[in-house]
Amino acid sequence: CLLFGDNSVKTSKYNALNFLPMNLFEQFQRLANAYFLFLLFLQLIPQISSLAWYTTVVPLMVVLSITAVKDAIDDMKRHKNDNQVNNRSVLVIVTEKWMNVQVGDIIKLENNQIVTADILLLSSSDPLRQLQSQDSYSFFPGEVRCESPNNKLDKFTGILMYKGKNYLLNHDRLILRGCVIRNTDWCYGLVIFTGPDTKVMQNSGKSTFKRTHIDHLMNVLVLWIFLFLGSMCFLLAVGHYIWENNKGYYFQDYLPWEDYVTSSVFSATLIFWSYFIILNTMVPISLYVSVEIIRLGNSFYINWDQKMFYEPKNTPAQARTTTLNEELGQVKYVFSDKTGTLTQNIMIFNKCSINGMVYGMHVFLFSLSLGEILLCREKVDFSYNKLADPKFSFYDKTLVEAVKKGNHWVHLFFLSLSLCHTVISEEKVEGELVYQAQSPDEGALVTAARNFGFVFRSRTSETIMVVEMGKMRIYQLLAILDFNNVRKRMSVIVRTPENRILLFCKGADTILCKLLHPSCGSLKDITMDHLDDFASDGLRTLMVAYRELDSAFFQDWSKKHSEACLSLENRENKISIVYEEIERDLMLLGATAIEDKLQDGVPETILTLNKAKIKIWVLTGDKQETAVNIAYACNIFEDEMDEIFIVEGNNDETVGGELRYEGRTATMKPDSLLESDPVNSYLATKPQPPFKIPEEVPNGSYGLIINGYSLAHALEGNLELELLRTACMCKGVICCRMTPLQKAQVVELVKKYKKAVTLAIGDGANDVSMIKVAHIGVGISGQEGMQAMLNSDYAFSQFRYLQRLLLVHGRWSYNRMCKFLSYFFYKNFAFTLVHVWYAFYSGFSAQTVYDTWFITFYNLVYTSLPVLGLSLFDQDVNETWSLRFPELYEPGQHNLYFNKKEFVKCLLHGIYSSFVLFFIPMGTVYNSVRKDGKEISDYQSFSLIVQTSLLCVVTMQIALETTYWTMISHVFTWGSLGFYFCILFFLYSDGLCLFFPDTFQFLGVARNTLNLPQMWLSVVLSMILCMLPVVGYQFLKPLFWPVSVDQVSATGIYPNRIHDPLTSRRSAYAFSHKQGFGALITSGKTMKKKLYVFEKLFLISL
Amino acid sequence: MAMNYNAKDEVDGGPPCPPGGTAKTRRPDNTAFKQQRLPAWQPILTAGTVLPTFFIIGLIFIPIGIGIFVTSNNIREIEGNVFMYYGLSNFYQNHRRYVKSRDDGQLNGDPTALLNPSKECEPYGRNEDKPIAPCGAIANSMFNDTLELFQVGNASDLMPVPLKKKGIAWWTDKNVKFRNPPGTDPLEERFKGTTKPVNWVKPVYMLDSDEDNNGFINEDFIVWMRTAALPTFRKLYRLIERKNDLHPTLPAGRYYLNITYNYPVHSFDGRKRMILSTISWMGGKNPFLGIAYITIGSISFLLGVVLLVINHKYRNSSNTADITI
Repeated sequence: CLLFGDNSVKTSKYNALNFLPMNLFEQFQRLANAYFLFLLFLQLIPQISSLAWYTTVVPLMVVLSITAVKDAIDDMKRHKNDNQVNNRSVLVIVTEKWMNVQVGDIIKLENNQIVTADILLLSSSDPLRQLQSQDSYSFFPGEVRCESPNNKLDKFTGILMYKGKNYLLNHDRLILRGCVIRNTDWCYGLVIFTGPDTKVMQNSGKSTFKRTHIDHLMNVLVLWIFLFLGSMCFLLAVGHYIWENNKGYYFQDYLPWEDYVTSSVFSATLIFWSYFIILNTMVPISLYVSVEIIRLGNSFYINWDQKMFYEPKNTPAQARTTTLNEELGQVKYVFSDKTGTLTQNIMIFNKCSINGMVYGMHVFLFSLSLGEILLCREKVDFSYNKLADPKFSFYDKTLVEAVKKGNHWVHLFFLSLSLCHTVISEEKVEGELVYQAQSPDEGALVTAARNFGFVFRSRTSETIMVVEMGKMRIYQLLAILDFNNVRKRMSVIVRTPENRILLFCKGADTILCKLLHPSCGSLKDITMDHLDDFASDGLRTLMVAYRELDSAFFQDWSKKHSEACLSLENRENKISIVYEEIERDLMLLGATAIEDKLQDGVPETILTLNKAKIKIWVLTGDKQETAVNIAYACNIFEDEMDEIFIVEGNNDETVGGELRYEGRTATMKPDSLLESDPVNSYLATKPQPPFKIPEEVPNGSYGLIINGYSLAHALEGNLELELLRTACMCKGVICCRMTPLQKAQVVELVKKYKKAVTLAIGDGANDVSMIKVAHIGVGISGQEGMQAMLNSDYAFSQFRYLQRLLLVHGRWSYNRMCKFLSYFFYKNFAFTLVHVWYAFYSGFSAQTVYDTWFITFYNLVYTSLPVLGLSLFDQDVNETWSLRFPELYEPGQHNLYFNKKEFVKCLLHGIYSSFVLFFIPMGTVYNSVRKDGKEISDYQSFSLIVQTSLLCVVTMQIALETTYWTMISHVFTWGSLGFYFCILFFLYSDGLCLFFPDTFQFLGVARNTLNLPQMWLSVVLSMILCMLPVVGYQFLKPLFWPVSVDQVSATGIYPNRIHDPLTSRRSAYAFSHKQGFGALITSGKTMKKKLYVFEKLFLISL
Repeated sequence: MAMNYNAKDEVDGGPPCPPGGTAKTRRPDNTAFKQQRLPAWQPILTAGTVLPTFFIIGLIFIPIGIGIFVTSNNIREIEGNVFMYYGLSNFYQNHRRYVKSRDDGQLNGDPTALLNPSKECEPYGRNEDKPIAPCGAIANSMFNDTLELFQVGNASDLMPVPLKKKGIAWWTDKNVKFRNPPGTDPLEERFKGTTKPVNWVKPVYMLDSDEDNNGFINEDFIVWMRTAALPTFRKLYRLIERKNDLHPTLPAGRYYLNITYNYPVHSFDGRKRMILSTISWMGGKNPFLGIAYITIGSISFLLGVVLLVINHKYRNSSNTADITI
């Protein structure tokens, strides 16, 4: 056992000793922090130090400590969690703590306990999964050989050697750490993998770190600022050179050069670095920390949102990543899974076809004379069956009659449904059966069989007990040929009480029809027709077949099977070959159709998202017909669409042709074949990847359907771009028969060539790849398990919350972030560039305008709270309006609120403000004196005037930016300004200045200057001068460049008539995608479809 | 047996919720803060608020500007107290190395700093191995011309105009920031061990005969030590106090200004000036604020008119609320 680690799990990063060095090391790996460290070193060089050391140290310390505290809290949580997990107790014959569990231990788990480690199930109270029936495990003389630890959750191969016999072990036998034991009183397990070796821990590896577009933009802008900073410093250094030559050299009587300065060039070089230190505040140290705080705050809002809390499952929305918020306001493409995301993954047995007869059609009564259609919606009475599930409803009596009459095929059909499955039944109260099914489809089928009188009652590992029309029969279970994604079918082999050996098989029609016996050819054709009808109604279909087996043949096969099962290498392949040997020459019984119910509010949500110009692509593993029907049902496709292109070619040429609009009635423009097309001519220049394809506007509304086969071809080479351009011009895109990998490829494709934010939403393990690839991954915490949620950035339990996440939270976050960035850059430009103007009057000597303490506190204390308040509380329009006018979302998609142009505006605005902020006070104090004749034009008073003006100006600016004044905003904004004056009196107080005369030199300046009318007149003048252009611009902007928000604002925030945008919730199927029913009655062509439409319409009205 | 993969508490670190059963509701709190429904005031920039603002600013600024301008221009007649300034131009008292070249501890009378001037004072920290008091380039370059004003009498005789030396520095500077080294000995004793700044003619304790205006608290020195923000500046030199209400302080007539020239400015192309001025409530003569207020007020008013016109022209065409509710 020494080879194996113990079961303790360590997810924490630090301990008390290494926290400081490790955390600091990590933090200084960030470029920004490293830069400020570098600045600090520059400041320590006395020859160029133009600022006191503490101007950098204090902010750096604060920033580092905020991050450190955050890291520490995170790590403490992990420690606590580790401790809790490691110290849970488990019965290892004697009770032990989790972390002391070792490989080879045998542990006992009870109902609702969390599994300690990856364990091999030995025995349980549930008879089905017995491996051993031994009561005492104090000594277990077996040996297990298995694969080495890996992260494949659904694979496990091993052999148990016990008493000289070999037993096959597969992943069914393995219970993974973190699972919860359900419906089982107790079980014993042998620990196979512990701690970090467990599959869960192996899976929770490092996921790729996602960064937002704004992050990238920010990095580019910081680089720009550096270049700007460098050129500024250079110009100022040149200025200094000229000044030293013309003036400084001659001024040496009063200010001699330092002895190490030999020439003006050398002096200018030093000045370059001095200015580098002074102007460093253009790259604000607190930028990154503030951005993190804002994102964290906005993530909390998502967690706190009651309207994204799903009561039935008790799940609130969860922002699992706190770094992507503003990206939620920029989404252009949504990639959605179908099952479990758009649909509820609740399956209802709706129709079936048995031996060429269709059952389950609703009966309509046509009263033509009155022009009315009456729907006969009478539930079938299952009272003859005591074991029936009362919740099950079916509307076609003919099927019940057929069962009662003892129709052989119908009986065999339901028998196969009641036998061929992996459902487990539980009967706690006599007669009340509860089924535990792996997939809801299966549950629906077994429940249907149960209601019609073929009740699956219980099973052991070798028998299945079925109550057939009231009679108890026990079938011997010979083999289960289980379902997997490749086989797409499952079979059971049973021995009937009459000693016949039967194989029942159910599976996907495409697979199963190839395995049928040639004799059922005509039945097959009829059934396939029925299947087409089912599929076009949006139902999920399965084919059911059986085969009678010869006893000798079975014995022979059984032997081969057990051999294959025991092979260690390539076992799965061998097994599937053996399976194929027996699953052929099947006799067709019929087909089932199951309704896949849409989730609440899906069509409305998609309609809203469409209005917000968000394109929705459905990526599903389902078949085309099903997917297309769901697409119509939830508004992705509409009847008004000009054309829907279908790509289903099987080779490059056909797929290419289909993509190039061969044989289409409508022509989508812009045509990618035309030479004159600007995008084509752009592509003809063979741009170097990565290049982006611009947005193209088609001449109508189109839809695209492509299946997995064709997609594989389309994703190759040149067709890739064709596909992308066609698909992106379509309003809705359906990709069906997709493998998980292809889902990711499609997302990757859009990400690669489109300058747009992608969002993938899904609930199942097959969506994990696309969730990870997309800019934003959303997991539906639904029925299929947790993998999607665990890999997602945001998780909630209903698709309809997506509109709230994007249109409300996303939009706000984006707007807030943009406002924050604009304002943040502006305030630092206005603050810093004043030094540049002052340079012209101070001999380019790197003299600061402000007191060093003001520089220290400006970003950290005086201006941090107002801007945080703005970026945590601001709302340009409230949530109702955000949802009612999805158009408001568009500016985010085009990133209109903060981009390079906006940044340049900030820069220009900052330059203007700094100009005002320098020259107005300068004009005020120039050759001026106080009313008692004493100094006002001294450096310290001038500093005070400038810095007070600056704070007033930036406060006014943020007041103009704020559109949503909560109490907190008021306190933050005006409080900070008030706080400034308090700090001012403290910093300039006699006591402090006398105690540290060299650090606090501004003694008495506040008292002497703040009472001067000139000073306040100057402050007001600066404020008005900085404000007027902004107000004028903001006033004129909506007049000349109207954006939708302005229109909404102009119509008034408080509307007179408020209509709830989402009126009464309707059945998902209310949105019929076929024409109105009047035409249908008269045409009378496809009666079945017509009836189905009626049914839908009646559902609405009833 | 169903396996319900409850990996959240494994990976996510959340509290292990009891699987199944009656879990506590995780519904978020319904508070205005958490639901982002805090009551708020939502101002919008509309024509109704913006345009009046422009006009009001114009209407307030122009009178204020005119008021300031008139007050500032009226400072001509030599009535009331007259202030005598010396002005220097092209003199960079705001150069970074100049500004920091002082030791505030020493100037505050700290005995240790007196004998060990801060290294910021270099190269005026020590001379001939003795600490300089007051140290630094600012002190060293103190203006030391002497200005004397005489009224030329009827018989061409010179009547000295009494110039008051005290009361020209900030109270805080004179009484708090600047202090002589402690002790009761004569100043010379207290400054023992130090030497005068290189450019000075006499040591710091001989700046004035008045004990209360000597040493570091000499007001000429204090005024000089309050460095100017700009390279052209004026500093208060003397006060000419009004004697009685009936006569102007400096009656019309000829005056004679005697300047003892000690302070060279030629080398760096500097200029010296002497200014006599009276003071209003707004301080000395400085038309800037007045003109600025008038200008900004007018611009604001004009802008208001322009915006009004634009608004009138465009508002109807572009901003039809085409959003139907």
